[in-house]
Amino acid sequence: MKMKPLWALPLLYSASALSQERSLNLTKGVTEVSRDVYDLHMTIFYICCVIGVVVFGLMFYSMIRHRKSRGREPAKFHENVKVEILWTLIPFLILVGMAIPATSTLIAMEDTSDADVTIQVTGSQWKWHYKYFDREVEFFSRLATQQQQIDNKFDKSENYLREVDNPLVLPTGQKVRFLVTSDDVIHSWWVPDFAVKKDANPGFINEAWTRIDEPGIYRGQCAELCGKDHGFMPIVVIAKTPEDYAKWIDETEAKQIAEQKRQQELLDMEMSMDELMAMGEKIYNSTCAACHQPNGQGISGTFPALAGSPIASKPENIDKHIDIVLHGVQGSAMQAFAQQLTMQELASVITYERNAWGNDTGEMVQAADINAAMNK
Amino acid sequence: MSTVVDDHNHEAHHDHKPSGITRWLFTTNHKDIGSMYLWFSLIMFFVGGAMAMVIRAELFQPGLQLVEPQFFNQMTTVHGLVMIFGAVMPAFTGLANWMVPMMIGAPDMALPRMNNWSFWILPFAFVILLSSLFMEGGGPDFGWTFYAPLSTTYSNDSTALFVFAVHIMGISSIMGAINVIVTIINMRAPGMTYMKMPLFVWTWLITAFLLIAVMPVLAGAVTMVLTDKYFGTSFFNAAGGGDPVMFQHIFWFFGHPEVYIMILPSFGIISAIIPTFSRKKLFGYSSMVYATASIAILSFLVWAHHMFTTGMPVFAELFFMYCTMLIAVPTGVKVFNWVATMWRGAISFEVPMLFALAFVILFTIGGFSGVMLAMTPVDFQYHDTYFVVAHFHYVLVTGAIFSVMAASYYWLPKWTGHMYDTTLARLHFWCSLISVNVLFFPMHFAGLAGMPRRIPDYAVQFADINQITSIGGFAFGLSQLLFLWLVIKCARGGEKATAKPWDGAEGLEWTVPSPAPYHTFETPPKVE
Repeated sequence: MKMKPLWALPLLYSASALSQERSLNLTKGVTEVSRDVYDLHMTIFYICCVIGVVVFGLMFYSMIRHRKSRGREPAKFHENVKVEILWTLIPFLILVGMAIPATSTLIAMEDTSDADVTIQVTGSQWKWHYKYFDREVEFFSRLATQQQQIDNKFDKSENYLREVDNPLVLPTGQKVRFLVTSDDVIHSWWVPDFAVKKDANPGFINEAWTRIDEPGIYRGQCAELCGKDHGFMPIVVIAKTPEDYAKWIDETEAKQIAEQKRQQELLDMEMSMDELMAMGEKIYNSTCAACHQPNGQGISGTFPALAGSPIASKPENIDKHIDIVLHGVQGSAMQAFAQQLTMQELASVITYERNAWGNDTGEMVQAADINAAMNK
Repeated sequence: MSTVVDDHNHEAHHDHKPSGITRWLFTTNHKDIGSMYLWFSLIMFFVGGAMAMVIRAELFQPGLQLVEPQFFNQMTTVHGLVMIFGAVMPAFTGLANWMVPMMIGAPDMALPRMNNWSFWILPFAFVILLSSLFMEGGGPDFGWTFYAPLSTTYSNDSTALFVFAVHIMGISSIMGAINVIVTIINMRAPGMTYMKMPLFVWTWLITAFLLIAVMPVLAGAVTMVLTDKYFGTSFFNAAGGGDPVMFQHIFWFFGHPEVYIMILPSFGIISAIIPTFSRKKLFGYSSMVYATASIAILSFLVWAHHMFTTGMPVFAELFFMYCTMLIAVPTGVKVFNWVATMWRGAISFEVPMLFALAFVILFTIGGFSGVMLAMTPVDFQYHDTYFVVAHFHYVLVTGAIFSVMAASYYWLPKWTGHMYDTTLARLHFWCSLISVNVLFFPMHFAGLAGMPRRIPDYAVQFADINQITSIGGFAFGLSQLLFLWLVIKCARGGEKATAKPWDGAEGLEWTVPSPAPYHTFETPPKVE
């Protein structure tokens, strides 16, 4: 995104307004509910416009006609019970008229019964986790935009900040129920095209549902301030026809089961220091660096430094280090990663933390060590 | 000339006011305290405004240019806290201090020493709050709404300072409110019955009751945040049997009446200015009083409309939607009354009137988006987007702040004894009016298009809207420097103001000379 000269702004603005008309108004969306919501939005908007034209019209008429400079003498009246009752009653009736369609839409939106597919959506700082009920499929979904684009070192892509590594895949034409919760702070799962926005509250489960009409890619993002990277946890949903969806979920399930098997087999394998460090650096940068920073220095007062910290650099603390990464720290922002990463990934990231940034302990942690710590 | 000097000496002798800094430190005079409140509020308006400039500069383009996300979050949080508790509320308390005793014919506020205290703890609260920005780890960064557990388990070390600062602001507000209530109930001049009080006095009386009702609730909320974070309680932690959504219920039980605390005194100001410059009595005085009271009562029944997405039962969502929509009725009555007051009057457009008219139109636009937000199904789409940001800035900036500007232009001659520079004042008005709309109107579109609030960086399709918004923001910020210049200029000199500079004005404050003497109404006036 290059900077545009200021004088061209109004021109550019109207041009982009024409080409992307949708982007100046509420999303109409691809579900029956989202279209009802859109219609409701437009109805209230038009009612407000009419009231505005009448009230402001009278006001401007008065400002133009009843001015002192025209030599007006002020009238003496200062109350009129009939008029006052009238302008209390009329708005009341308009509001009742608005409340009726709003009520029926709301009741439809909150009916989560008889779902075909159920998905558990879990927010955490700063990514989403999706788990398909009755299937062996679950995965994390993180921002896919490169950090260099955010830092203005690379040009911004078309879907800047609205792209993820693993999108949620849903079938069209079926009622999908979302069970929304959180692992840490409050997040909010929002996809405008479905008119679904539901808070993810830690320790509680909220319900929402949708039925998507058309296959396509739909984008949204977290809508509740959830800390530093609140602006960087987008949502991408790919809607597939039921046939394509069935194919996708079977394949993904088979892949995930095979991967779990492979993990068990890998337990006996020893990795070399170089392999551990290479994998560890990758995992660290995608999972840990948001808080502890790529240089391991953390952010003072909020996220502790790992470089030179006793836990990550003293040999006697290695068990403590593994425990913290696996189970998190109660009462702090440090999450439990035992379920988020594979044993190999955990082993490599801990090895990396114990050997990077001058923490040169020379120690290696293997997947088998993690397995042992988990079974303790 | 010599007579003027004599007058001055006589006055100084008569007033017994100490000179220098001690006059301001120890004063129990409602006019001194009112002036300090107003100056404090103006300073905080610029402090909070500077933070808004940082926000708008970062959002000028997509990508991260100037500040880190964490600092951005501190800016949005402290901007909100400073503007609400530092700019708007002290401005209204300052106006109440100056004007309520003069409007009801009382010599001073009923509890002058408490009045001094309620002002002087405020600067300390804000020193604590603002200095927390310089701590290791930074200041509060969880939004001015400080939702748990972001503000408890996941917050930085400065949270304790935030909690204590809010406590002090709350104590200050409660003392100010007690003072207003006691003054209005006990110190009205003979003949000044309740239904003869100016509407500014009425709206402040009701506001003061709201303050006493809800500030302790806020104090409770911040105390629970404090003990959850530092002393291991679990009010808002599900793992210990608490509930994070309960925090929001408690917070908004304070928060919703709070938004009326910031707008009811505005209604009073506008109800004084429009009749003056329409040269016609206020239309529907008693319905104005009843409308204000019903807005205040309804304000306790609508808090959960801030929380529609938290997963409430349908019944609760319907209840809060209906109650919220109901508020449009008394608010509408007020707007209709103002228009009816202008109707067939003899209108002129002095600067206070310009601000008052802008208030009526722009506040009503904020009211329209308010009705839209009240509709639960559509709120799911609007919630936590820039549509909400646009809405509350229309009611708070072009509502509350514009009314404070209108009040300042209306009563400045009474406070300083000088007429201000009208050309400069008009320039300030037109610059503010245009830039404020360039600033806040496009935010509606950003929100509808799907831009969430409180994000330091955004998708490229929002780039144009944000650029326009930022330009409006810088222009609005700069325009306010004109106001500062004007006020200083007016305080230092200018054309001498008469006791009643506005020919259509009514009320006891215009019966005393300009500038208002240090002590007024030591003998109560008689009101027929």
